[in-house]
Amino acid sequence: MNRSLLFLTVLVIATCGLVYELIAGTLASYLIGDSVTQFSTAIGVYLSALGLGAYLSRFIERAVARRFVEIELAVAFVGGISAPLLFLCFSFTGGFRVALYLVVIAIGTLVGLEIPLLLRILKDLVRFKDLVSQVLTFDYAGALVASLLFPLILVPKLGLVRTSLLFGLVNGAVGLWSTWLLRPALGEVQRLRLKAVGVCALLFVGFVMGERLTWFYEDQLYADDVVMAKSSPYQRIVVTRGRRGFSLFLNGHLQFASVDEYRYHEALVHPAMVYAPSHRHVLILGGGDGLAAREVLRYPDVETITLVDLDDAVTTLGTTWDELAEQNGHSLTNRKLKIVNTDAMQFLAEGDGKYDVVVVDFPDPNNFSLGKLYTTRFYRLLKRRLAPGGTVVIQSTSPLFARQTYWCVVQTLEAAGFWTRPYHALVPSFGEWGYVLAAPEPRSRVHPLPPGLRFLDDETLEGMTKFPPDMSRVPAEVNRLNNQVLVHYFEEEWRKWD
Amino acid sequence: MGLTGGLTRRELVAAFLGAAVANASCRKERPRAQVPGALVDRAVETGHRLRPGSGTAPLPRAKEIQNVEVLIAGGGVAGLSAAWRLRGAGVKDLLLLELDEALGGTARSGKNAVSAFPWGAHYLPAPLQDRGPAAKLLHEMGAITGTRDDGTPEIAEQLLVCEPDERLFYRGAWYPGLYLRAGASADDLAQLHRFERRMVALSALRDGRGRKVFAVPLEEGSDDAEWTALDRISMAEWLEREGFTSPRLRWYVDYACRDDYGAPAERISAWAGLWYFCARRDGEKENAGFLTWPEGNGRLVRQLSSSLLPKQHRTNVLVHTLEPKDGGWLAHAWDAQKKAPLGFFARQVVFAGPRFVAGYVVAPWRTARPGFLDAFVYGPWAVANVTLNQLPLGRGYPICWDNVFYESRSLGYVVATHQREVATDVGPTVLTWYYPLDGADVRAERQRLLQADYNAWEALVMADLRAAHPGVDDLVTRIEVMRWGHAMIRPVPGFVWGGARTKAQASIGGSLHFAHSDLGGLALFEEANWHGVRAAEQVLAALGRSVSSWLG
Repeated sequence: MNRSLLFLTVLVIATCGLVYELIAGTLASYLIGDSVTQFSTAIGVYLSALGLGAYLSRFIERAVARRFVEIELAVAFVGGISAPLLFLCFSFTGGFRVALYLVVIAIGTLVGLEIPLLLRILKDLVRFKDLVSQVLTFDYAGALVASLLFPLILVPKLGLVRTSLLFGLVNGAVGLWSTWLLRPALGEVQRLRLKAVGVCALLFVGFVMGERLTWFYEDQLYADDVVMAKSSPYQRIVVTRGRRGFSLFLNGHLQFASVDEYRYHEALVHPAMVYAPSHRHVLILGGGDGLAAREVLRYPDVETITLVDLDDAVTTLGTTWDELAEQNGHSLTNRKLKIVNTDAMQFLAEGDGKYDVVVVDFPDPNNFSLGKLYTTRFYRLLKRRLAPGGTVVIQSTSPLFARQTYWCVVQTLEAAGFWTRPYHALVPSFGEWGYVLAAPEPRSRVHPLPPGLRFLDDETLEGMTKFPPDMSRVPAEVNRLNNQVLVHYFEEEWRKWD
Repeated sequence: MGLTGGLTRRELVAAFLGAAVANASCRKERPRAQVPGALVDRAVETGHRLRPGSGTAPLPRAKEIQNVEVLIAGGGVAGLSAAWRLRGAGVKDLLLLELDEALGGTARSGKNAVSAFPWGAHYLPAPLQDRGPAAKLLHEMGAITGTRDDGTPEIAEQLLVCEPDERLFYRGAWYPGLYLRAGASADDLAQLHRFERRMVALSALRDGRGRKVFAVPLEEGSDDAEWTALDRISMAEWLEREGFTSPRLRWYVDYACRDDYGAPAERISAWAGLWYFCARRDGEKENAGFLTWPEGNGRLVRQLSSSLLPKQHRTNVLVHTLEPKDGGWLAHAWDAQKKAPLGFFARQVVFAGPRFVAGYVVAPWRTARPGFLDAFVYGPWAVANVTLNQLPLGRGYPICWDNVFYESRSLGYVVATHQREVATDVGPTVLTWYYPLDGADVRAERQRLLQADYNAWEALVMADLRAAHPGVDDLVTRIEVMRWGHAMIRPVPGFVWGGARTKAQASIGGSLHFAHSDLGGLALFEEANWHGVRAAEQVLAALGRSVSSWLG
């Protein structure tokens, strides 16, 4: 039996043990928050489980070497799947904390068993004082290796799920290898080796699929299956698919559902189009999915559409992902349309081209950056870019769920010198949804609706401006850059519904 | 690693920023790569050539003397304001000389590929009323867009500090506002409320002649002994006297004094402390907020300078001697770039530098030094501009314009890109970090400022940021540090209304006039601007030009 190789085993299992422990602590602080408490409780529980393992080792009396290999394989398995398992628990069940401590205790106990057993295997081969000294040296050295590798290489390069699987794999490989190393003390090894190969194969598959596993647990956060997920510098983009079609989420907020987006987009685009004397040049701010552009293209006399969306990841999705491109009628590749990937506020402030119709379709004002796009300053910049007779429409959240938020947008537009015509429509995926048609001077309808609409007709168009008492106008302050009241209204009002 | 005077990094951080920052940032003395950067103050060596016994040979004098009608020595806000006023009256034969490589004094600014940024003063409180020279300047640059019926100015929205404006870091998280509400007791909040009500009441006070007690500029306010008596005690004593004992409130007032005057409440006069809270409001009526730009008050400097033709100003020129001659003044100067002497004869001179420089430059004062000069005390500051490849992450309230650390002796940082007209917070930025050396012994503080080299300031800035922004080390790409030896006049107890200030405003021989924020006693744009315009109008009167005043 090669002793130095056995001590190498100690180094590896110590490294793996600490890595599992660090994974559990990091996951807990990721998912629960409060990193100091989570980390120190995870460490505390782990250390006491080590003690439990050491205590339990006395009850193993026969076939010590065999038990040692089996325990190593168990550590490899439990430790290896710990991170994916905990992620799944977080997505599926409410009992994340229970699962976390169970996993930590299981790993701690198993790792705690390892060293006492190993000492017993080696006690006849090495003098006791050398044995203790060398085993503990390699044990602590392994802890050092883990604590350096974990923050510097493993987490940044592999992420938690794959780190956990990789170390399970290493641990399993050491288990397999020790069937040769401890061969004389083991007796029959065929079945043991089979088990080891099985554990390693399982973890290897997990490691290779690690990327998709990350996807899998994100899946659980959404009601439908996640069919596409990517991160851009600005946001997390997720597309899900269910029985009734697909939906797009930005940073977890629903942007549209294919089943009823026609209601939202017809109501968004057509009032502004039929109220504008001309609609030769149209500007769309936001709306990188191309669905608003699809509605604009129903008017044959439209000459140019400029679509300004910050995130080229969204416009690329709308251009190249077949299902969305089909949904938007390939509007983003239409020769009339030009995509500009830039900040909308910067676009308005720095350019000087004029537009007949401007469709403003930004995400709801749920943070201060987005809040800027709903200020008097923004609307004044917008006014500067309107051709004579031009109209603007603004998606303005729900007048039912966020009543003061909605009327604050109206109030702000009026303070910026706009005539307004507030209206709303029912979009089942969103609920009652609000828009504001606005123009520098009062306007009336000048064009017929285009053919082929599924939601809007003349009667619906007129009816949308009636607000029942629970959505009617409430007083609100003007949203300015230096007060951002809209963000505060929005946060307050949606909190009641979430 | 020995940084300054053999201190370890941890000791240095504890000495400059306090134990809390040292504990939070220096737990692991693990080696890290130093952020590249530099000290950028240059004028110190040139300026020190003024000092007698500084070891350098006396500066030579030019043989050729150039005639000029009006000479302005000093290109900070006061000098530029004087020039702006004179140009407004059509004066052409005018020359402004500035010792530094750029105009602006402590309102100077810089610029890199990411953003413009301030090197000192970085905002202007909106004027309460639409009158006076500062409001006139704001009209000129389109910052005031109109006047309301009640005389208050309408300010261009994009120039007022965007929300969210201020936040405070305390034990691991950011909170909105500059008063620490998280964890405040009922008594803390009651004291805050009482303090605020008190300030509202004081701000509405008028004296017997109907003057607002605390006004901007302070010359417009009351000089009645009833109120100026408050100048004799410190702000800390006033708080004590009024029963304001809440540590959070004391912190808040201390912060205000350190931020505006460079020293804590115990070293600032109560009159000046109260002025800070009362001058920008009138009872319930508040001013519109702060005007700011990426380059800070560098924007105002640019506006003032735009009145000057290129031949009407020179930088890198040190005026070292002003001698009376034939009813005018002979000015001896040193071109620090060409290393050559310059000489001028001017009928009228505005000396727009601080008093401690005037003591060396005005030749008659070298032999008969006026006693009032010694009343002027100047506090040193360090300002660092930190370039990051993205905004730093932190826990709690999102990043604001002004970001302050409750447990640090620094004043925190201001985000230069905050006012950008974009709706995304992705991308690189510049943070301007402020540190007043606020000890009582300003001479010792100046030594401390200058002894700390780039290594030390880099360590301090990073330690301060790291405490609130784990991972910030990976974001910072460059740090530049400006050390201001005499950053601002310090309104110590007894100074503002002690008489020295008024005596120092007196012109000499009807031809040498003085302008500087120190003559107002508070290092503020409005004071420097007002005194610059006042001095210029004295020049105009001496030249026999009848003009209507911009001061009223």
